[in-house]
Amino acid sequence: MTASSTAALKLEQVSRHFGGLKAVDGVSLTVQPGERHALIGPNGAGKTTLFNLISGEFPPTSGRVELFGADVTKVPAYKRAALGIARTFQITKLFPALTVRENVLVACTALDRRRLAMHRTVASCTDLRDAADRLLESFGLLPHAAETAKNLSYGDQRKLEVALSMAGRPRLLLLDEPMAGLSAGESRSMHELIDRLDRSIAVLLIEHDMDVAFAFANRVTVLHHGRVLTEGSCDEVSANRSVQQIYLGDAADH
Amino acid sequence: MGARRLTLLVVLALLVIAAPFVLSSYWVGLLTEVAILAILAMSLDVLLGYTGLPSLGHASLFGVAAYAVALLSTRYGMNFWTCVFAGLVVGTLASAVIGLIVSHVRDVYFLMITLAIGMVLWGLSYRWIPVTGGDNGLSGIPSLEVHAGLPFAGPTAFYYVTLVVFALSAGAMVLLVRSPFGLTLRGIRENEGRMKSLGFNTWLHCYLSFIVSGFFASVAGVMWAYYNGFVSPTYLDLTASSELFLMVTLGGPATLVGPVLGAGMIVLLKNVMSAYTARWLLILGTVYIVAILTAPKGVWNLGSRRSA
Repeated sequence: MTASSTAALKLEQVSRHFGGLKAVDGVSLTVQPGERHALIGPNGAGKTTLFNLISGEFPPTSGRVELFGADVTKVPAYKRAALGIARTFQITKLFPALTVRENVLVACTALDRRRLAMHRTVASCTDLRDAADRLLESFGLLPHAAETAKNLSYGDQRKLEVALSMAGRPRLLLLDEPMAGLSAGESRSMHELIDRLDRSIAVLLIEHDMDVAFAFANRVTVLHHGRVLTEGSCDEVSANRSVQQIYLGDAADH
Repeated sequence: MGARRLTLLVVLALLVIAAPFVLSSYWVGLLTEVAILAILAMSLDVLLGYTGLPSLGHASLFGVAAYAVALLSTRYGMNFWTCVFAGLVVGTLASAVIGLIVSHVRDVYFLMITLAIGMVLWGLSYRWIPVTGGDNGLSGIPSLEVHAGLPFAGPTAFYYVTLVVFALSAGAMVLLVRSPFGLTLRGIRENEGRMKSLGFNTWLHCYLSFIVSGFFASVAGVMWAYYNGFVSPTYLDLTASSELFLMVTLGGPATLVGPVLGAGMIVLLKNVMSAYTARWLLILGTVYIVAILTAPKGVWNLGSRRSA
């Protein structure tokens, strides 16, 4: 099978400049199918910008982005989603006035051919509704299905954020600080949730907490000032001198 | 929708059906006007309330369809079904072309560009005198009952025809907003960026929404041409578009029922008040301010915490 030999994600010398600021500067990165890859680095290292380049929010200034072997450098975000990539956002991006179930339903419709159907009600698409409810169930959100999304607790909103991204059955999932702002308890349950994700899905995770990142990932990439500082297994990265310096310096700021 | 509101709607529907038996033909005429403008207001609601695209030129699509009917029936003596079909096709085609221009922008930019295009179409109707008759408009559109060869005629007959058209259009739009497509429109209104990253070509959805909305505006335009028997540039001027905007926001956007109530309130207020004072706009303005203060989400959403 070629599927196992093709990388889920391959970045070649990808850069993104905002005026004089080189937010991402010549990053190369490969994520294999099913790999759990953590992207760490201090604030302003360019992690979220890199995510935006992968998901297609905006194009890179230079370099090449490949998803599942296809060059998507100039492909808009919505077409990349159809290739099997999904992402979450660091700042929660939900549909606030819709109910929790509608949030997931609309996400389930994204890659369904019925997304343009006008002649039947959503309620009549029982398979979509079932898929939505299964997803809500697996994220423990089913009891809140009828609530308006904006009325959910922050912790549940973060869960819904991840649930939305799972609706399209992605093969590559980008998680942008899913634990950000969560209490210790909520953070633990989120950790369990992402640990339970199907092992065939490649996950690229941005995380500030090194313990969380190392517990989750097989491979870690450290980003600093828009460049890859080092990449390797958890042990290799945690033993790296310059990584320790960055993080000690970062910790000393607090 | 709660049981109480459903009961309210059923009672309203029965009253509307029974109205010609108790009301004078003047009032039946007003109710006909309400029903036609209600279709138009609902069509704007699809765009404004559900998709979140505020159009200030929506009346021009309605006007284009009305002019098509007027031209074909008076100048070329076309038969009824040709006129109706042409009115719908021309109105929908116009929205398909305009949609190509406007569907790339959002929010206040959408407001401005639809306003500008509405003004252009109004200018066309006002100045392209050989075709549109300019300020005089086009008169002599045959009455719908005669043109369609119906066995009965008069305001009551036209009223019931309008009610049927209203029921069909309202039913279609209710289905539309509850369809998977309708759900995607609300998703775009709530968070377009997220919709894109989920895999939606949001441009296409907005464009289709604009065309569908234009189609139902054309339905109203065709009915309006037959109702009045003439067309004039006032159908598509800025006042018409902003009055329409008021109907939707006053009644309650993203409810479909709200715009119907809004159309009713504005048409009745306008006609009743203008009989007593030339300053009826002042009263309409006051009503609008009071409504904004007491029911910012529209009259239909009064007392409900749930938003669509």
